[in-house]
Amino acid sequence: MEFNQRNTLSKFLKFSSLFTLVLLLAVAPVKAAGGGGEEGDFDPSAMINHHIMDAHSWEIMHGVVVHLPVIVYSEEKGLDVFSSANFYDEDHNVVPYNGYVMDHEHISLASGEHVLDFSITKNVLFLFINALVMIMIFMAVARGYKKNAGKAPKGIQSFFEPIIIYVRDEIVKPNIGPKYEKYLPYLLTLFFFIWFGNLLGLLPAAANLTGNIAVTLVLAIFSLLITLVSGNKNYWGHIFDPLGNSMPWIAKFPLYIILWPIEIIGIFTKPFSLMVRLFANITAGHIIILSILSLTFIAQSIAVGIGATIFATVMNMLELFVALLQAYVFTLLTAMYFGQAVEEHH
Amino acid sequence: MELVTPGIGLLFWQTLVFLIVFLILAGFVWKPIASALKARESQIEDSLRAAELAKEEMEQVKADNEYLLQEARAERDKMLKDATEVANKIKEDAKNETAAIADKMIADAKSSIESEKKAALAEVKNLVAELSLEVAEKLLREKLSDDKSQKDLIDKFLKEVKVN
Repeated sequence: MEFNQRNTLSKFLKFSSLFTLVLLLAVAPVKAAGGGGEEGDFDPSAMINHHIMDAHSWEIMHGVVVHLPVIVYSEEKGLDVFSSANFYDEDHNVVPYNGYVMDHEHISLASGEHVLDFSITKNVLFLFINALVMIMIFMAVARGYKKNAGKAPKGIQSFFEPIIIYVRDEIVKPNIGPKYEKYLPYLLTLFFFIWFGNLLGLLPAAANLTGNIAVTLVLAIFSLLITLVSGNKNYWGHIFDPLGNSMPWIAKFPLYIILWPIEIIGIFTKPFSLMVRLFANITAGHIIILSILSLTFIAQSIAVGIGATIFATVMNMLELFVALLQAYVFTLLTAMYFGQAVEEHH
Repeated sequence: MELVTPGIGLLFWQTLVFLIVFLILAGFVWKPIASALKARESQIEDSLRAAELAKEEMEQVKADNEYLLQEARAERDKMLKDATEVANKIKEDAKNETAAIADKMIADAKSSIESEKKAALAEVKNLVAELSLEVAEKLLREKLSDDKSQKDLIDKFLKEVKVN
């Protein structure tokens, strides 16, 4: 009986915490956006841009700001590290500091000269968080395999095992073939990095990490480099001699003048599409949710607010799915490109 | 435009952090997990195969047992049959032998009785002949003790002879 009661209680707690989370997800942007409204006319595009772009400080909610370290390098002044708080005076106005000026999160020298900005921005912070979460979770999973060796999986291990097996058996194995094992670590890291990054980005006040083009660009470049390094004779043959032995060289050559550029561009369009797909999907999701919530402040109506909140909540649910879907798509396509690179002649 | 312009800082950090995460996970997580999964899969496969094998062996043993049992049963039947036969033969033989002995004994007894009888009869005959002779002698002596009777007898004989 007591057990039953406890069970019900924990169920209720779980449900209520989930409910709170969903509510927070929907409400957090509203608060921040509300802040924007106080200062004057509400500008949805500025608010949305502020949310999906990188920043040198992390605004958890209106008034609660974590100033992140700025790391800049310029030939004139060398390497400089200081807090981004220095760019703000007591009234939260942006001010120059130590010869640097910040304009819309873009730092340059007061002379207008360009600087290399290696700051720990909001996205970098969330990158670290993402990395930390991944390492902690998967170390725990790996510990489970050590502890329950030869036994049934337990706890967090049994949650991730089917996902890992799914990635291995449904994404990697069928697309790469017998040589899949070499690529499994990278593809698993890629899958979980994107998935966790997407999910982190959906948290209230979180950074739009996987919706940043720099992040997706690096992932796409890694996939491209691995594809090129693994490319066998057959793969390069498909690119530089796609017509094969169907006709003599004298006939192929004029065609190749057209085909070679296309094939070479083709090498780069694949990772380019990976980069844009992930960036656009995640950023678009954020923009849609923020736009729906902005309707409230544009219409200045409680009814619209309630409707927008419900709709944004539904959108958020959809984004939870998109988070997984985009991780799946990125990993699947990368596996396919690897598969093409290692495919044997047939 | 800034949205689609990758920043050098984030490019740098993303490359660094992703590589670190990849190296850590590849070394300490994916490798042991992949080998553990593989080991478990092969273990499951082996166990299934072993179970299948054990089942087959069991069936084999069962069949063997059945065969042995049948063999034993046949052996027993054969032994019983043989024993019965032997016993019957012994009984028959004994019966035959006994009968022969009895017959021989009877025959022996018969022949010995016969010879005894013959001997006895011969003895009786001899005794009767001796006795008759003695009686006749005595009678003759009695009857012919005087002359008259001797004469009568001679007359009688003569008479008889005459008649003939």
